[in-house]
This record gives sequence, structure tokens and C-alpha cells, in this order.
Amino acid sequence: MKSDIVYPLNIGPVHPAFKEPIKFTFRIEGEQVAGVDIDFGYTHRGIEKIALERNYIQIIYLLERVCGICSFSHPLAYCLAIEDVAEIQVPDRARYIRTIIGELERLHSHLLWTGIAAHEIGFDTLFMYTWNIREKVLDCLEEFTGNRINYGMLTIGGVRRDITPENSETITRMLEYYMELYDRASEILLDDLTLRARTEGIGILSREQAEMFCAVGPTARGSGLLKDVRIDYPVNAYYDIPWLNPISPRDIGKEPIGDVYDRMAVRVLEIKQSLNVIQFCMENLPEGDINSGEGAVKIINKLKKLEGEGIGRYEAPRGEVCHYVILDNQEHPIQLKVKAPTYSNGFTWIPMLTNIEIADIPIVIASIDPCVACADRMTFIRKDGAKERYSWDYLHQKSIQKYKRSANQ
Amino acid sequence: MIMILAIALIMTIVGLILGLLLKGIDRKIAAYFQSRIGPPLLQPVYDIIKLMYKQTIIPVTAVRWLFSSAPVIALASSALLLLYITIPYIFYIFEINTTLQGDLIVVLYCILIPSIAMVTGAFSSGSPYAAIGAQREMVILMSIELPIAVVIISVAWHAADSMADPFAISSLFEYPLWHNAGAFGVLGGILLFFAMVLVLPAEMSRVPFDQAEAETELAEGISVEYSGKLLAFILLTDAFKALALSMLVVILFFPYTLSQLFGISFQMYGHTLTPFVEIVFLLFKIIVIYSFGITFIRVVMARLKISQVARFFLFAITAISIIGLILIMLDPNMRII
Repeated sequence: MKSDIVYPLNIGPVHPAFKEPIKFTFRIEGEQVAGVDIDFGYTHRGIEKIALERNYIQIIYLLERVCGICSFSHPLAYCLAIEDVAEIQVPDRARYIRTIIGELERLHSHLLWTGIAAHEIGFDTLFMYTWNIREKVLDCLEEFTGNRINYGMLTIGGVRRDITPENSETITRMLEYYMELYDRASEILLDDLTLRARTEGIGILSREQAEMFCAVGPTARGSGLLKDVRIDYPVNAYYDIPWLNPISPRDIGKEPIGDVYDRMAVRVLEIKQSLNVIQFCMENLPEGDINSGEGAVKIINKLKKLEGEGIGRYEAPRGEVCHYVILDNQEHPIQLKVKAPTYSNGFTWIPMLTNIEIADIPIVIASIDPCVACADRMTFIRKDGAKERYSWDYLHQKSIQKYKRSANQ
Repeated sequence: MIMILAIALIMTIVGLILGLLLKGIDRKIAAYFQSRIGPPLLQPVYDIIKLMYKQTIIPVTAVRWLFSSAPVIALASSALLLLYITIPYIFYIFEINTTLQGDLIVVLYCILIPSIAMVTGAFSSGSPYAAIGAQREMVILMSIELPIAVVIISVAWHAADSMADPFAISSLFEYPLWHNAGAFGVLGGILLFFAMVLVLPAEMSRVPFDQAEAETELAEGISVEYSGKLLAFILLTDAFKALALSMLVVILFFPYTLSQLFGISFQMYGHTLTPFVEIVFLLFKIIVIYSFGITFIRVVMARLKISQVARFFLFAITAISIIGLILIMLDPNMRII
């Protein structure tokens, strides 16, 4: 259905297909997308700025709110960054508990994504089904950490709550439940005819494009890049797991082409991987302390006397999370930089969204599992309410000027 | 004449409530399959009542008169469709002799009017979402037109064989499709029924053929700019169409009454209750058809793309219905060839 008339179609900032505000301006020819422009900046919250006014412990709970789903990955990356500066050793048991919560989070995030993807293509039964089985892992997390989403489990140098024998029993039961369900669920997700008709061959991100845009997480792995922070820069218990490999659609015997189906297949396979990792951690859970035993005040006092910079990297369910902190003898960091996965993956939308049908727009946008609020950094608004846009050259010029000035002082 | 008017009025009101109830039942069944509790059975009725109180907003970009008259035309024509299909059957059940026979060709056109009115309203709203929805609705209408026509012609062909008036609705009750059919006829009938059941969700804009409304793509598409009373009219149109189309499938394929099937009649205190029991049986048939044609299909499928839908109906379903027609023509029990 090609036509000569090109007309614009705005999707967003508010649209039922999106869970967060973001604006896409498409140029449409008939039912085909000819071009796309993406406009961020509707949900900027200034978390990095707020963080500079809080102390090191408060920041952990602030960063849990960066992203509703990666509410463990962000504070974990921050804690890793601080531990990097302060050279704090995390006890073995805490490393394992961190791994378990991280994987439980991945499990529920992927189940959530599957439901959303199903809803985007109008498959509401699958949506209800996956969100129903997701309740099990949320119940498990609630029993274990006290909360369904914002766990509050982390502290600098360890975790705050231990796994009791009752908890480990719940986790074992949950694992059995999912292991039993996995075969049937993966059959529905990977073999269903209408699902395949809607996901195969659309939203293609080639391997070269994925490399060029520095795609991360399942988006990169769906395009055939073997890229996983858990394996490339292992933290927590990932050192100890020899069989852990980046997931690729090749694991189900399919050569990756980088379409929506491949990204979905990666997520479905990662559910299984997470289950295996949790099982491994539960079987090999070491005895010992779960943190340094120091109170918040003591930790803050220690960090107050430190200078330096640290980086923490962790593989969130959506891709790599990277936190960078600078400490300068103060009660709070003087710089905190949060790099969320959508920061990298957002740009892959442009090749994905070109030359698809209107009907594919929601599922292709959802296929990278976007978290718009995480990726929103700055909005310049003029007095008349219009948004200011700065080009790369202008910003580059600005930064050179700034450093020249500070060098002159 | 006055009697027919009175019947029409009563039936419009009853049909309205039953149509809304049918939608409620559909939502309950879907909720059961999705392991939810689901809304109350009367939720569609509550929706209508609420919308009637709400403000009706007409966008500045809309063509005012066209935008606000389209839902009214859709509502009126869908009510007409329901009455036109149902009244001959009600007369047949109550054994009232009348010259009112009904015409299948008129039904064929009446099915189109509500959809075309909605498309006009959507185009006149000035919203790009509604325009895309309307384009899609047109594509769907064009691709399901041929299968519906073929089904109706096949049924008429069979009726003509029995020396009845081929296009009269009333002759379908005396000579249903399966009447006097051989193996070919039965096979052809099954194929036609299959085609018709798949046309139902497309005509009703339900998953997998709800591209015109597609919530996640077009934010309700053709009805996106409607609100208040006009939206209530659209929902009522939907309720009438739900009832009328299931009724059409019933009279095309299963017009049998209980007394025809089992030869039973119901008596109480000397009065015959048979017609009322027949109406309950008819409602049961409608619910079964609606569940199979719409509810069950929509819970197990994802929304297709418009190009996939067009291909599906233009090639697969048209082919199936034409094969059905040919099989019915080839049936050796047929005398017409």
C-alpha cells in the first residue's frame, strides 16, 4: 500500500502504546513509515542533581526510583562505584544475595516486557497470562525483601537483609514453579503463529548497526552481538559461574537477524538463564556476614574523608547500567552520572522504525524495552515555552570554552 | 401496520438491552479465559448511562454536521438491520402469517451502512488517527464484502432449489441450508459457515481484525474523537450489530426451532409457551455463535496487520466461500442444474 502522499503522524507524548511520555514524529506514506524524529524531554526529573544534595546512603534509595523496574540495578551500580572508590570488600554471602535479587529482578522484568509486547500487538490473553505468572516472583521478592518493586536491600559494602531458611524455601518453590511452566510458556512465546506473524522480519537492527549505535542488553544480543556485562566485566557471584554465556538466538538454532522476534527470543531464553543462575546461587550460598556491620553514619564518615572517582557497571534487565561518581571530601558526591540502558538503545529506534508499517510501530518501539524517564537528562525551555535544541557542534564548542576558562583561572 | 410499528419499537428496546448484555457476556467469558474476574455483566449498560451524562466535545477541525450525524445514522441503520433480520423470524416462531418476508440483498447492504457511516464520521473528524483508522476500515469492508455476498448467494441458491422465493428471509426457515443436502452440500455448508464465522470479528472490529480501532496503534482509531452521547451511540451501534450479525448467522445456518428439531411443545395451564421457549433457545444460539465467532477467536489471537488481513480475506476466505458455493451447486440432491 504505497502512496505518493506523505503526511506527518505524531505518536506521543501521550499515547496508549507508551507507558511514559516520549514523542515520535513519523512521516507516513500510505501505511509505510518513511522517516522518524524522536523527541525526548517530557519526563526529566533531575535525579542526578538531587543526588548531589543527599548523603551516600540516602542516594541508594533515591536511585531505586530512577527506574521502576531496574530498581535494583541502578543502586547496585552506584554501590559498586562507591565500593570501587573506597576499596570496600563485599562479603561472599552478600555477593551471592545481590546476584539472587538481581536475577529475580531480571526474571520479573522480562515477564513484564513479554506482557507489554503482547498487549502492543493486541494479544491480551498472553498479557494477562504473563502478568499472572509474574505475581509469583513478586510475591517471592516481597516475602524476601519486604517490597514488590523497591527492595531497599542494598547498602554500601553488602546487603541489608539475609536469606533465612524460610526465604530459601520460598525461592526453591518459586524456581520449581517456573521451571515447570517454562516449557509451556516458551512454546507459546516462540511458536505461536499470530505472534510470529507480527514479530518476524520487522524492526530489523543489523549487527553492524547495533555495533555502531553501541546497543546494549537484549537489543544487542538479539542482533547477534555477544555482549553481556555479567560475563564481560563480572561482579557479584558471576565470577563463580563458569557456564554463564551471553544469550543469543543461536541457542534455539536460529541465525540472528536482529528483528523483534530475535529480541523476544533472547528475553525468553534469559528467563531460563536467570532461573539457572538463581538455582546455582541458592545451592552454593556461602556462609558468613552480609555486610561490614557498620552503621550508616560510620560509612558516611568514612566516605567523607575520601577523594577520587569510581565506576560501577551492571547488566540490568534492559542492558548495561553504568554509574560514575566523583568523591571530594564531602558528605555527598560532587558528581554522579547515571547511564541507563535506554540511553544507548534509544538511537537504535531510527534504523528499526524506518520502512515498517504503522501497525508495527508500537511493538518495534516496545521491543528495546524502553525506559524513557531513565534516559531523559536535560530539557532547555525558553521563556515562551518552546524547547531549545543544541547541536553537537554547539555543545562541543561550549565544553571547550568551559575547560579553557577553568584552565585560565 | 400499527402492530408492526409496535413490535418494532419493543424489539428495538429489547434488542438494545440484549445486545449490551451480549457484550457483557462476551467480556465475562474473555475474562474467564484470561483468569480475571472481569467487569459486571451490566458494565456495557453502565457505560452507556455514564456517557449519556457526559459532555460531548466536537473538535474544531471536524466538519460539524457530518461528524455529529454519522453516529446517529450508524445507530439507526444498525437498529434497522436488527429489525429487518429478526422480525420475520419472530413471526415465524409465533406462527403469524404475514406478507413480510424480508430480503437477503437488503441485509447485505444494511450490514455496510453502519460501517460506512462510521468511516464518514472518522474522516470528517480531522484527526490523523481517525483518518488512518477509516482507511483501514474501508480496506476491511472491501475485502469481506465478497465472502459475505458469496455466503448469502449460496444460501439463496439452495433455497431456490426448494422452489421457495430464493432471496426471502422467511424461506430460509422452511428450507435451511442443511435441508435435503447430500455429502457435498453438507461439506459446502461447513465451509460457508467457517467463512462466515471468520467474517464476524472483521465486521465487528474485534481482535484479530480490529485494525480500525487498534488501541495501542491508533488510540481507538475511528472513534478517537467521539465523546459523550455520540460515543454512546457508537457503543449502541456496536451492541445492535453484535446481536444482528449473530442473528444473521443463526438464520443463515441454524434456523431450526426446538419443535422442528425434537417435535416438542411446551404447555402450561392450557396456554402454549412454545414461542417463548423458542426465543430463549434463539438467545442461546446467539450466545453460542457470538462466543465461537468473536470471544474465542479474540482471546487466542494477536491483532494482525492490515496487509495481512486484506490478503487473508481476499484470497483465503474468498476461496473457501467460493469452494463452498461450488460444492453446494455440485450437490447431486440439487435439482436446479
